[in-house]
Amino acid sequence: MTPSLKKSASTENDIPQEVVDIAAAKEGNLYTIEAPAYFSLNLKELLEYRELFYFFTWRDIKVKYKQTVLGFLWAILQPFLMMLLFTAIFGNALGVESDGIPYPIFAYSGLLLWNIFATGLNSSANSMVVNANLIKKIYFPRMIIPMSSVLVALFDFLMAVIVYIGLLIYYQYQVDLVKILVFLPLSLVLTTISTFGLGSILASLNVKYRDFRYVVPYLIQFLLFINPVIYSTAIFTAPWAKYVIAINPMAGAINMSRFAFVDKPIEWDLVGISVGSGLVLMLLGVYIFRKTEAYFADLA
Amino acid sequence: MKPILEIQNISKRYVIGGNKERYLSLREQLVNNFRKGFRAPKESFLALDDVSFEVMPGETVGVIGKNGAGKSTLLKILSRITPPTTGKILARGRVASLLEVGTGFHPELSGRENVYLNGSILGLTRSEIDKKFDEIVDFSGVGKFLETPLKRYSSGMQLRLAFAVAAHLEPEILVIDEVLAVGDAEFQKKCLGKMDEVSKSGRTVLFVSHNMEAVRNLCTKGVMLVKGQCKSVGPIEDIIEEYINQYTAEPEGASMTIPRDKKFSTWITELSVIADGQHNANVNMGASLAFDIKFESETPVKDLVIGYVISTLKGEKVINANTVYQPYTSYEEGVIKGKVRCQIGTVPLMPGRYQVSFWLGRSIQLMQQLDDILTFEVLPQDLWGKGQLPPKNASSLWWNTDFQFLPESVSSAKN
Repeated sequence: MTPSLKKSASTENDIPQEVVDIAAAKEGNLYTIEAPAYFSLNLKELLEYRELFYFFTWRDIKVKYKQTVLGFLWAILQPFLMMLLFTAIFGNALGVESDGIPYPIFAYSGLLLWNIFATGLNSSANSMVVNANLIKKIYFPRMIIPMSSVLVALFDFLMAVIVYIGLLIYYQYQVDLVKILVFLPLSLVLTTISTFGLGSILASLNVKYRDFRYVVPYLIQFLLFINPVIYSTAIFTAPWAKYVIAINPMAGAINMSRFAFVDKPIEWDLVGISVGSGLVLMLLGVYIFRKTEAYFADLA
Repeated sequence: MKPILEIQNISKRYVIGGNKERYLSLREQLVNNFRKGFRAPKESFLALDDVSFEVMPGETVGVIGKNGAGKSTLLKILSRITPPTTGKILARGRVASLLEVGTGFHPELSGRENVYLNGSILGLTRSEIDKKFDEIVDFSGVGKFLETPLKRYSSGMQLRLAFAVAAHLEPEILVIDEVLAVGDAEFQKKCLGKMDEVSKSGRTVLFVSHNMEAVRNLCTKGVMLVKGQCKSVGPIEDIIEEYINQYTAEPEGASMTIPRDKKFSTWITELSVIADGQHNANVNMGASLAFDIKFESETPVKDLVIGYVISTLKGEKVINANTVYQPYTSYEEGVIKGKVRCQIGTVPLMPGRYQVSFWLGRSIQLMQQLDDILTFEVLPQDLWGKGQLPPKNASSLWWNTDFQFLPESVSSAKN
């Protein structure tokens, strides 16, 4: 059974010159492996592994719509059908307040960001468990996994935005172009960092407590109703209400994406609160994830 | 010259709770927190206990030890999958680890896509993969199916592709687990050949295997782990010698009770060696040998499959038999408990120590595999009454041979 091979003779005395060269060249290249003593962000390492980051995202996008007839069309169909449903029920039947924007545009603009959040949160929260096999077999910065899950959701957004443009043309709705070019990307960034922040908190908790597998779908349903996807925040009339709402970065992001449609002055203090809480959420996520990631392989 | 790897006082402690659940539920954690005051202290054990050794550049080091000696934990720490509890490792070069072949392979992606994915997971850059792509494909021999999804590949093809990527890694330090135990012999040889090239080209290799021949062929230095401690470090021949002696010194019983592993719904409870009808791990040469396998099952089983492999302490497999390709009569109705006797009869084993691996499955599904779990000794006998005992270590098997002394002229004249 065992293939027989000649042994490489490399005792102390006759090490090939090449080896000595490698050793010399790598003198500065020292890695230390020990118990994690302090918290570090280690962005340098993340940068070193950027190709893997790309490959994971690419893999998940490729796999997501493999062996489906409609393929990438699903990324468009999902928000589009939801928009039709919401318009029929909330827009027409119930006549929900929509800041004077045609309800389909109102709902779709909310759904665009909401879908990034919902799919991104769901897949990043489960990402560490789904990729447990990889985590147990090879090292790479673990953060790549939840990060690329959120990026996959962003890809769906890019597809769905095409319909968005179509809707705006169909309704021939007056849009402030400057506002949309500033606030749509800003709301997108805010959505991404909030999703990543909450997603990585849930991902690290999920490794240890599998309860979160059941918590996440419920949480997403719950959060849909406290975000202004279906209704406008204008329905809350108390003077302090808008500040409370702004603490939720997703509500902030969704409102922001509608700035271009309404002719109202921008309340910068509210934007500031939302961006601030989004950043806090992201940093908290990174911190919790980094704190616990070393032991993922033992727990997964 | 400085060592390329310095392993300094590495220990790894695992906490084992009262329950063997693989993960906690939140409720338990909350309940535990409330009970903190009068909770029994958690049990823990040291998978690695103060292990230190050094590896010089260009050395190929074989890590040997029994199951549970801490080999895998050491590899996991070296590959940075899990951190050590105390101690540290200095590595003067990039460490690439190969604890599994085909890590990250995705069944839905094509062969080409998987080469890129797997390569980048193993630490190759995209341009490096581009450069080696043709070589990898050549080595794997699956060139025709590059655009086919991996799920349509045979398992052999998947394995070959996985090995091909792994064989083209070029880190300064390569850490390899027992991944070569799978795959057909010819391909194994090709891979070991490639690895040998790697170690010759001056890369440092750390290799873990049960197969003493593979370790002996590939490695120059050995490290023996016993119960998490680094027992000895030295030239590979000496370490293997010591390992085998240590094994032989350990007394083993004829029967062995196997603790239940909750993973399996059908499981082995007891194994025994039967020599000439008696429970006995000391088997006379030429005696009739049998193994008893007692099993239990959660649900009635009819489609039980059983197999065993007898191997030498060096890891060479000598006899392999199982119900997949040999005839047997199974239970007529499902049972939840039973005993299978593997009646082997007279075994032509030469004197020496042998170990037996068992596996148990249901129809095509492997349930439980117990590697090198049972040990027995074959004692020398003067089988043919010539007043001569066979020499030790001459071979693994003897065979009754009819030595015919024929006059040369008779046979040659006829033809």
